[in-house]
Amino acid sequence: MIEMLDYAFMQRALLAALLVGIAAPAVGIYLVQRRQAIMGDGIGHVALTGVALGFLLSTNPVWMAVLVSSLGAITMELIRWYGKARGDVALAMLFYGGMAGGVLIINLSPNGSNANLTTYLFGSITTVSPQDIAAIVGLSVFVLLVALGLRRQLFAICQDEEFARVTGLPVRLLNLLLAVTAAMTVTVAMRVVGLLLVSALMVIPVAAAQQATRGFAATLGLAMGFGVAVTLSGTVTSYYADVPPGASIVVIAIALFGLVTALAAPLARARAARNGSRGGPRGQGRAVAGGAEEGTLVADGKEHADNGTGPVDRPSRV
Amino acid sequence: MTRTKAAADGPGIAEGPPAVALRDATAALGGRPVLRGVDLTVARGETVALLGANGSGKSTTIRAVLGQVPLTGGELELFGTPSARFRDWRRLGYVPQRSTAAAGVPATVREVVSAGRLARRRFRPLGREDKAAVRHALEQVGMADRMRDPVESLSGGQHQRVLIARALVAEPELLIMDEPLAGVDVANQEVLADTLRGQVEQGTSVLLVLHELGPLAPLIDHAVVLRDGQVERVDNPDRLHDLACHPHGSVPAAEAAPRIETGLLS
Repeated sequence: MIEMLDYAFMQRALLAALLVGIAAPAVGIYLVQRRQAIMGDGIGHVALTGVALGFLLSTNPVWMAVLVSSLGAITMELIRWYGKARGDVALAMLFYGGMAGGVLIINLSPNGSNANLTTYLFGSITTVSPQDIAAIVGLSVFVLLVALGLRRQLFAICQDEEFARVTGLPVRLLNLLLAVTAAMTVTVAMRVVGLLLVSALMVIPVAAAQQATRGFAATLGLAMGFGVAVTLSGTVTSYYADVPPGASIVVIAIALFGLVTALAAPLARARAARNGSRGGPRGQGRAVAGGAEEGTLVADGKEHADNGTGPVDRPSRV
Repeated sequence: MTRTKAAADGPGIAEGPPAVALRDATAALGGRPVLRGVDLTVARGETVALLGANGSGKSTTIRAVLGQVPLTGGELELFGTPSARFRDWRRLGYVPQRSTAAAGVPATVREVVSAGRLARRRFRPLGREDKAAVRHALEQVGMADRMRDPVESLSGGQHQRVLIARALVAEPELLIMDEPLAGVDVANQEVLADTLRGQVEQGTSVLLVLHELGPLAPLIDHAVVLRDGQVERVDNPDRLHDLACHPHGSVPAAEAAPRIETGLLS
């Protein structure tokens, strides 16, 4: 286990995996909150054109990918503002166009082939170069400054955009910043997880964490912990099993999601039972008082369990 | 129409320009005219209800006041400042219609209410004073004991109370509410009425969209009835009775009819 750390490429790969594991869920949580989980996927497709352009122009593919995917993310945000009924079609065309443009350009470039693309599509631990590490560290710091430093503002715009506008927050600016930050996250993650699977790392740790949490801050923290756990273990697996790290990371992430989901339901039930015996029938009375609204909550086991739980001994004035 | 009325007989109105002055406002949604010359004034300390059938322009009117729907004509002044120059958004507290769609990520009651505090803090970090304000706002709506609970676990009425706390936490001078009673059971409606009464007593101006006056009726100074994007009539709520008998602006004679509290325009 330790001897793999003797290899410089492995040190770089693990450092990159660590940063990606922290950064991807930290940005992904806002996309999930706004039900735009698929946006990371779209940015990944567009970034492919940037990577190919990097090959064609013989510049660093990472910086070219940052540029092109940021432009793509801003375009998606603009489509979301102004797009009406045809917004989804416009987005789909952007996705396909990014993918097709990447394959087209890479085959036109003198020293590129589809084989080069594969390492960007599914990740590769052996190809994280020292220059890449510099880019990954710099971009990760920016991404984390935005995602954590502006968490209250980003939470507000993703939770209720119209309310955020009324409070006077610069919502459009924050939306654009979030889009560019998501694009940078995709670029940071592409060397390790690969462009096709990067969205999984932005979404699955968040989805797993929210099975077990009750608040946004707790979900954010746990998702980052899950993110680091799956990227590091996936990268190590990739070293021993000689599979692309993107694949092993995503498979481990899904397994973790399944595990947390399986554990969350009995935990919530136990919590509900504990509180139920304490709060007694009054707690149940509260659940019924809301009438029709409560009916929808009762249909979902977990929500219902939450409803009866919590650090509440005194029922509210219902 | 409202303006003169407000000036004439509004009880207990504070000094200064009105909180909202909307004159001959027109607005369109998707090319279709929705507001066709609306006059609306909310004096300081006054509570005004917007009534009317679905599609009459109630929600569009308040969204225009909030700057979320651009006016195609007419004038809007907030606290005496033309809306184009108005920047002091923290003086407005907005309670949207409760959305039934669950958010993607769980959030606690405290986290949701804290978001309202950004109207005052914007990009500065929240401190002790803000935490106290969040607690105070939740106490006002009787939800302080649910602070750590996820909002998904609340009933419709409790959720509405949390959204009101989110507006109150910035200590607004004008509270704008879109159908605060929709989908709220009677017990929660009484809690909402208590909360609103407390605000009115503190001198907060209130503009709210209602389908029925319900337990809020005693609080309302003026009811503005919209129809097809125009003000059909303005009245004190105790004079509002059978609207069908008095079509189109013909304000009924002075005699007070029995107050109808529910099912007014459904």
